[in-house]
Amino acid sequence: MSELKVTAIKEGTVIDHIPAGKGLKVIQILKLDKLNGGALLLAANVHSKKLGKKDIVKIEGRFLSEEEVNKIALIAPSATVNIVREYKVAEKFQVEIPSEIVGILRCANPNCVSNHEYTTPKFYVISKEPLKVRCHYCERTMEEKEILANL
Amino acid sequence: MWKGRDVISIRDFKKEDIEHVLKTAERLERELKDEGALKYAGGKILATLFFEPSTRTRLSFESAMHRLGGSVIGFSEASSTSVKKGESLRDTIKTVEQYSDVIVIRHPEEGAARLAAEVADIPVINAGDGSNQHPTQTLLDLYTIKRTFGRIDGLKIGLLGDLKYGRTVHSLSEALTHYDVELYLISPELLRMPKHIVEELRDKGVKIYETSDLESVIPELDVLYATRIQKERFPDEQEYLKVKGSYVITLDLLKNAKESLKIMHPLPRVDEIHPSVDASKHAIYFRQVFSGVPVRMALLGLTLGVVE
Ligand SMILES: Nc1ncnc2c1ncn2[C@@H]1O[C@H](COP(=O)(O)OP(=O)(O)OP(=O)(O)O)[C@@H](O)[C@H]1O
Ligand SMILES: [Mg+2]
Ligand SMILES: [Zn+2]
Repeated sequence: MSELKVTAIKEGTVIDHIPAGKGLKVIQILKLDKLNGGALLLAANVHSKKLGKKDIVKIEGRFLSEEEVNKIALIAPSATVNIVREYKVAEKFQVEIPSEIVGILRCANPNCVSNHEYTTPKFYVISKEPLKVRCHYCERTMEEKEILANL
Repeated sequence: MWKGRDVISIRDFKKEDIEHVLKTAERLERELKDEGALKYAGGKILATLFFEPSTRTRLSFESAMHRLGGSVIGFSEASSTSVKKGESLRDTIKTVEQYSDVIVIRHPEEGAARLAAEVADIPVINAGDGSNQHPTQTLLDLYTIKRTFGRIDGLKIGLLGDLKYGRTVHSLSEALTHYDVELYLISPELLRMPKHIVEELRDKGVKIYETSDLESVIPELDVLYATRIQKERFPDEQEYLKVKGSYVITLDLLKNAKESLKIMHPLPRVDEIHPSVDASKHAIYFRQVFSGVPVRMALLGLTLGVVE
């Protein structure tokens, strides 16, 4: 419980079981560097029974939208989201890669119409492990590396 | 079920959809021959929006609409339109659909036809979106094979040339997964069919043979589908010339072919097929061009809801 003591928050979100090394990326895509005054804590390379090593991100005074949770799922499919109220975990759920990814990902194909016209980008998940999606518009596939670069 | 439907990607076609288009095309071809002009699309207007030039595809769509008794408006290059003034594709589509009953679009950006279909209430047919899809080409290829052999199942089909970048051969091979065929992928090492496509084809149960030696597989084939090899794909001129030379179809090369072998090509050709082959019983590429009309008649008629 020593980890908890150091980094306890009263209210907010704990993103746990992030694969080691992906915590910073989670912070980036949630734009947590522009936080509204609350504390932001990253525990990197923490020992984990399930993953060996993991990262944890704790965000004080902020809760996540469905879109944000879906973004996390793409980066860190193993992550669990804990909603903390009054210092206690009030709710906990496992993120899940949706079958369609709407609005949160840009197409890596520069000649895709979605990069030129007003559209809501949309992708179909054709494989979760390894992650692979197909653009609804240009039909090109993107794999993990390209996906992370375009979130 | 067909009325109002869009034709955007061969991926959207189930086997029964393909079969229905082929059957309808055959029927319309017969009716056209028996009756001359048809009247199914009387009073209907097709808008052809060619943001990128194309002779064959545009003319055959226009011909198809006229043969169905309808009329045609449109443009054949973007420079003569308000797109040049910066109008969005959305606005162009929204405008054109006020004037017409069906839209055929060719556009340099991948996904443009899909977007057009989302914006428009009237049916949209994709006549090529960048390097992505050209579904009516694939359907007319299938139609040509079916009309020639009376079937598609059981055939040994060779795809020749640039299998790496060739949109036509990618779509055609994808559509052929609905049939019981064997595919011979014949290309220079540098232009082999992308691995993920080969795997997808194998997963769907297609027997595949990959080779760079055209001559050795010629005797096996029922269909040889030739495509252009572009110079730009090669690091140097010499490599290109070497490769190009070994994939020219000549009468001499065809000596060991089956009597019934048919040669197809999406055209335009450069020098993949020697002109002396044109007069042989093997050549069906101009017949393939002809197929474009009944197939596009079928698609226009079905999506307009004027033929069943
Ligand atoms: N008040 C809090 N402030 C900061 N972090 C907290 C707080 N309460 C719990 N956590 C952290 O949230 C995560 C989930 O807490 P929980 O008590 O559910 O742990 P757990 O039983 O190990 O859960 P799991 O089975 O998901 O691993 C842990 O990383 C924990 O350290
Ligand atoms: Mg734990
Ligand atoms: Zn795209």
